[in-house]
Amino acid sequence: MNPLLSVRDLVKHYHAGGLFGRAAPPVRAVNGVSFDVGQGETLALVGESGCGKSSVGRTILRLQEPTSGTAKFEGVDIFSLDRADLRALRRRMQIIFQDPYSSLNPRMRVGAAIAEGIEIHRLAPRQEIPHRVAALLEEVGLDPAYARRYPHEFSGGQRQRIGIARALAVQPAFIVCDEPVSALDVSVQAQVLNLLSDLQRQRGLSYLFIAHDLAVVRQIAHRIAVMYLGHIVEQGPTDSLLANPRHPYTVALLSAVPEPDPAIQRERIVLSGDLPSPSNPPSGCPFHTRCFHPLKNERCRTEMPLLRPVDRTLAACHYAESTPQPAGLGAA
Amino acid sequence: MSPVLEVQGLRISFPGPDGARVIPVDGVSFSLERGETLALVGESGCGKSLTSLALLQLVPSPGRIDPGSVIRLGDTDVLALRGEALRRIRGRRIGMVFQDPMTSLNPVFTVGDQIMEGILAHFRMSRSTARERALDLLREVGIPDPAERLQAYPHQLSGGMRQRVMIAIALAAEPEILVADEPTTALDVTVQAQILEVLDRLQATRGMAVLLITHDLGIVAGRADRVAVMYAGQIVEETSTARLFANPSHPYTQGLFASVPRITGPLKRLNPIRGSVPAPAAWPSGCRFRPRCPKAFDKSELEPPLLPVEPDHRMRCWLAELDGTRKP
Repeated sequence: MNPLLSVRDLVKHYHAGGLFGRAAPPVRAVNGVSFDVGQGETLALVGESGCGKSSVGRTILRLQEPTSGTAKFEGVDIFSLDRADLRALRRRMQIIFQDPYSSLNPRMRVGAAIAEGIEIHRLAPRQEIPHRVAALLEEVGLDPAYARRYPHEFSGGQRQRIGIARALAVQPAFIVCDEPVSALDVSVQAQVLNLLSDLQRQRGLSYLFIAHDLAVVRQIAHRIAVMYLGHIVEQGPTDSLLANPRHPYTVALLSAVPEPDPAIQRERIVLSGDLPSPSNPPSGCPFHTRCFHPLKNERCRTEMPLLRPVDRTLAACHYAESTPQPAGLGAA
Repeated sequence: MSPVLEVQGLRISFPGPDGARVIPVDGVSFSLERGETLALVGESGCGKSLTSLALLQLVPSPGRIDPGSVIRLGDTDVLALRGEALRRIRGRRIGMVFQDPMTSLNPVFTVGDQIMEGILAHFRMSRSTARERALDLLREVGIPDPAERLQAYPHQLSGGMRQRVMIAIALAAEPEILVADEPTTALDVTVQAQILEVLDRLQATRGMAVLLITHDLGIVAGRADRVAVMYAGQIVEETSTARLFANPSHPYTQGLFASVPRITGPLKRLNPIRGSVPAPAAWPSGCRFRPRCPKAFDKSELEPPLLPVEPDHRMRCWLAELDGTRKP
């Protein structure tokens, strides 16, 4: 079966400054990223600030233009679409942001904000729209009467539900979820994660779920791609990747997740140093400056490792077969 | 042994609509022993940060600490202090680290200036001695090339390095208590691990007491000796960390645990608390968790006090009175 979305060798560089003389070196946010997302599947893009995960999400929606690479959605090349075709595509591909408040017009009633997409794409006759809006509000667990209220009247969790209703209004097949629960309190975060899972099942949606929290991702993703400095360094099915990570960075990320149980003793790997600047990335393996792999050597400094199958994941490490697995790590 | 910090019946109020006062912190009591780590845990708006600000009379205007509240640092009655006397304990008796180092650091002064300011405010010494101390502090919090970083401005540092600088500033006057208010919430998880390691090491070497304010039960688990869970301006459960994790008893605490996604163990659908935390002006009468509580019963309409669950374990829930078979 063909994947719903297929991204190949995606590159996104930002050119900063240059207005007053010296052009700064470009920020290499995304450096040749490839992945597929199947129908009804969730792929999580995981990594820390500056790894390029949000740039990937925005570029495949053409909210930003790519530097190079291809992205095909239902067989159509997203990067070659003209404005009219792009508008049609946006009906099929939607996005939910971390902060729904900044993506909702404060002077527009919630009902109008949800109806906007239905009107633009002429998905329902005018008199039917209020019913559609009410049904959407109900579907995301809100009172249909809220349609007459303004965004500031809602809590963070409710606003995120409004953001989801707004995305669903145009009946998309695919939603980019960009850190959708990061700003929420833990009890509300759990509600929104459950809602996203339920909607996926009921509507057969596909998600590209962008997040930094592996414990959150485990709840919702079928597959995980771990990003570091604009590269996917490991990719695989959620349970395999969490139980048996093969890239040292995945190991470090996993071991840094605080475990809410004092009875579980886990060995913690604390990485040394800071993330290198994406405008001046290291040569060779992007992770070699912070890597703790005992076999790390000159080859890591000079030769960029490619993603290759190791056990049940793809890992971009020359020595992935012998990556140390600290005690107590991973999902049992 | 007498505690280094004692808080009794702390009440903080703000002017609300139509003249009534809104009370975001309502009767909070706890104490902190020398070298101990107490975690105040709760979600946004539970009053945990305001509680920590009150310790040094830093409650933002127009809020105020209401009469009858008691905050004692050893023999010192903090709420009786004003002006210079208050300034002498800020930083010296209690050091503070906040969530966002960028807004707490002054962008136009170097890292060195800002650490030295904290030292010179409390100790009589020459600038060059203070500079040596600042250098030692940067080393202690694990900043590479400390001599160079002393000359750096905050924007030249990464988020993790800035938080290390904040910790160095908090330690500058050698306080006996460190208040860490969500010290790693704004940081990436691998950086969080670095900062937590620094805090753990400092506490061990300096024997400081730590008041850790956090929403993250994972951070509490590896670190705190005792935990107080806050909901709607009150402590709703209080015990040792081991007991809290072995036997979370208040329905709110249980709801929090059921909401936290886990990286280990069998994968289960999360079981979140219904609804969301109401605003302080809308807190219900009786048990404040009642409208969201799956176990609420008729008595929940009365306000529960902290009741014993087991030795050294109390909760603000009438279920504590029931016999073992009906216990949560």
